[in-house]
Amino acid sequence: MAITIYVPRDSSALSLGANKVAANIQAEANKRNVEINLVRNGSRGLFWLETMVEVNTPKGRVAYGPVMPKDVASLFDADFTNGGAHPLNLGLTDEIEWLKKQERLTFARVGITDPVSVDDYVAHDGYRGLKNALAKSGAEIVKEVTDSGLRGRGGAAFPTGIKWNTVLNAPADQKYIVCNADEGDSGTYSDRMIMEGDPLVLIEGMTIAGLAVGATQGYIYLRSEYPDALVTLNEAIANAYQAGFLGDDICGSGKRFHLEVRRAAGAYVCGEETSLLESLEGKRGLVRFKPPLPAIEGLFGKPTVVNNVISLATVPIVLDKGGKFYQDFGMGRSRGTLPIQLAGNIKQCGLIEKAFGVTLRELLYDFGGGSASGKPIRAVQVGGPLGAYLPESQFDTPLDYEKFTEIWAVLGHGGIVAFDDSVDMAKMARYAFEFCAVESCGKCTPCRIGSTRGVEVMDKIIAKEDHAKNITLVRDLSDTMLNGSLCALGGMTPYPVLSAINHFPEDFGLKKGQVA
Amino acid sequence: MSDEILVSIDQHIEAHINVPGALMPLLHAIQDDIGYVPESSYPRIAKALNLSVAEVHGVVTFYHHFRSHAPGKHILQICRAESCQAMGSEALETYVKKTLGVDYHQTTSDGAITLEPVYCLGNCACSPSASIDDQVCGCVDIDRVNEIIAEARNG
Ligand SMILES: Cc1cc2nc3c(=O)[nH]c(=O)nc-3n(C[C@H](O)[C@H](O)[C@H](O)COP(=O)(O)O)c2cc1C
Ligand code: SF4
Ligand code: FES
Repeated sequence: MAITIYVPRDSSALSLGANKVAANIQAEANKRNVEINLVRNGSRGLFWLETMVEVNTPKGRVAYGPVMPKDVASLFDADFTNGGAHPLNLGLTDEIEWLKKQERLTFARVGITDPVSVDDYVAHDGYRGLKNALAKSGAEIVKEVTDSGLRGRGGAAFPTGIKWNTVLNAPADQKYIVCNADEGDSGTYSDRMIMEGDPLVLIEGMTIAGLAVGATQGYIYLRSEYPDALVTLNEAIANAYQAGFLGDDICGSGKRFHLEVRRAAGAYVCGEETSLLESLEGKRGLVRFKPPLPAIEGLFGKPTVVNNVISLATVPIVLDKGGKFYQDFGMGRSRGTLPIQLAGNIKQCGLIEKAFGVTLRELLYDFGGGSASGKPIRAVQVGGPLGAYLPESQFDTPLDYEKFTEIWAVLGHGGIVAFDDSVDMAKMARYAFEFCAVESCGKCTPCRIGSTRGVEVMDKIIAKEDHAKNITLVRDLSDTMLNGSLCALGGMTPYPVLSAINHFPEDFGLKKGQVA
Repeated sequence: MSDEILVSIDQHIEAHINVPGALMPLLHAIQDDIGYVPESSYPRIAKALNLSVAEVHGVVTFYHHFRSHAPGKHILQICRAESCQAMGSEALETYVKKTLGVDYHQTTSDGAITLEPVYCLGNCACSPSASIDDQVCGCVDIDRVNEIIAEARNG
């Protein structure tokens, strides 16, 4: 019988040579007359071990990694197709500590199944949520999502059920479900991993959203930097249509839902939901004034649900196991789990899905293994380029939306970027302004002008010109941006800037402990 | 514009004319096909989609991804965002600029490589990252980037 071998098609695995590894495995198997069935799965999310190859054995899946193309022949020599011993043998995948310590709900199938196979998806509990949803009214589906306590994972953490309820109750001849797959934050890649590793869970989630609010058309707004995700999504969508899970008659229910991927074009601000809608309509991505909310007047002026990939991909498990099941995970008002992404200067970077409440320190050291360079971790930025920098003294903060608000920080999309002690925080503050200047949509002055002024003032601080005066200037500028910007790009750029000054004053020519 | 390019642009316009919010998919189709969106095509696009030429121009220039002039044979992007900075992307970008003799948004004199900055490729677990055309490369050090450049120059 053919032996099933898994080699990820995840683009981070590809960035380390997974395609070459897969090709070598196939060639070597042919040469040795070993019959194999090569599956291109998603990534398990242990990126320091990519390319991680898995082999199906009677005992379970055995992992090998990190496999380089040149290692393939020696793997065959070691009888790896039967789980043979080899320096790269990591044992049974299910027994890897890093995975065992997680609570994978949204990511339950990622790395396990063939991402584009509907059969594989259904065999691993896929489409059970949709089946339940088809037996419910829209209001009942919305209630289940509300009961789960799910809050938007795109950054603003707004309760998903409440948003859906507004759209449900907005009368219209046409409504839309829009998936925000613009994932522009540095240090984040969970959306990408879902789209490349289990796109059908996103498709199912959007279909359920459509049934819930009465929308028949969905769009996935996908960043242009993700060409591999585009291919995987389109394959999965085509297969879902073929199997009757999308189209005019979903599973014979007579209900309709159509889905299409639209490509973004490299503007960070288009991750902001109203800018995104402008872009989908074929315009420049200028942020809209609110109200009206997109839930009332969204795409083409119609009621629209805009949700992040992870929010939507979490809906199927909520409808499968119930809102109560999901909301039993977590702490405080942060219910369920968060797919956390470790990035930057970390020894073991990867995807960790955990219930809210895990601390930064556990993530950075127990999972991450400390810095990649071996030097002390000095600062971490949580929540993308608009997130605050946190010093060591705050590493015991549990991941919880409210606890982060208390320390003037944000969880955002769950990305954590670590820096070792070679970082210059004044440079990072300058970069925050620079990024804002590059990406500003230009609609409001505090952001458009303020960011450019910010770069200039930071340059003076870095050149050691009149520190006290210039720091005051940065603070005033930040104040104006915080209070006067239309969206969070201008409105939150002060988070990385001010947190850098406040926690690392010595990098700004101030004395330690001195906050100007 | 050559006749050939004109014909293919008209075909893309034809294919997109009834698509809701057609402009973005149309611009992508044109750029995927010929590598850029020629300014001389704006009037045709505008006419077909009932827009002004200024609107088409506004959209092409708003988005970093779209270009109105032909790039080099290959596009090399270096990630400038935080995670890659934490892993030494600044030294990498300095090296690449010096080696290629160009700054960002410029093309090498042999026309082989256009250098572009990018703000995150979603490959932050393998920082620093770069991409050559549509292929993302992870854990890019000087040796790796030399390989990438050599391959691009040969192919
Ligand atoms: C500048 C800016 C960029 C944003 N980028 C993203 C993004 O890439 N992905 C995302 O899901 N949300 C992003 N958001 C948040 C969206 O505006 C919106 O809150 C989100 O898509 C709602 O979905 P959720 O409730 O499921 O989180 C961004 C917001 C701002 C202000
Ligand atoms: S804050 Fe910046 S990005 Fe947001 S609307 Fe204003 S100018 Fe545009
Ligand atoms: S920050 Fe460079 S790939 Fe994300």
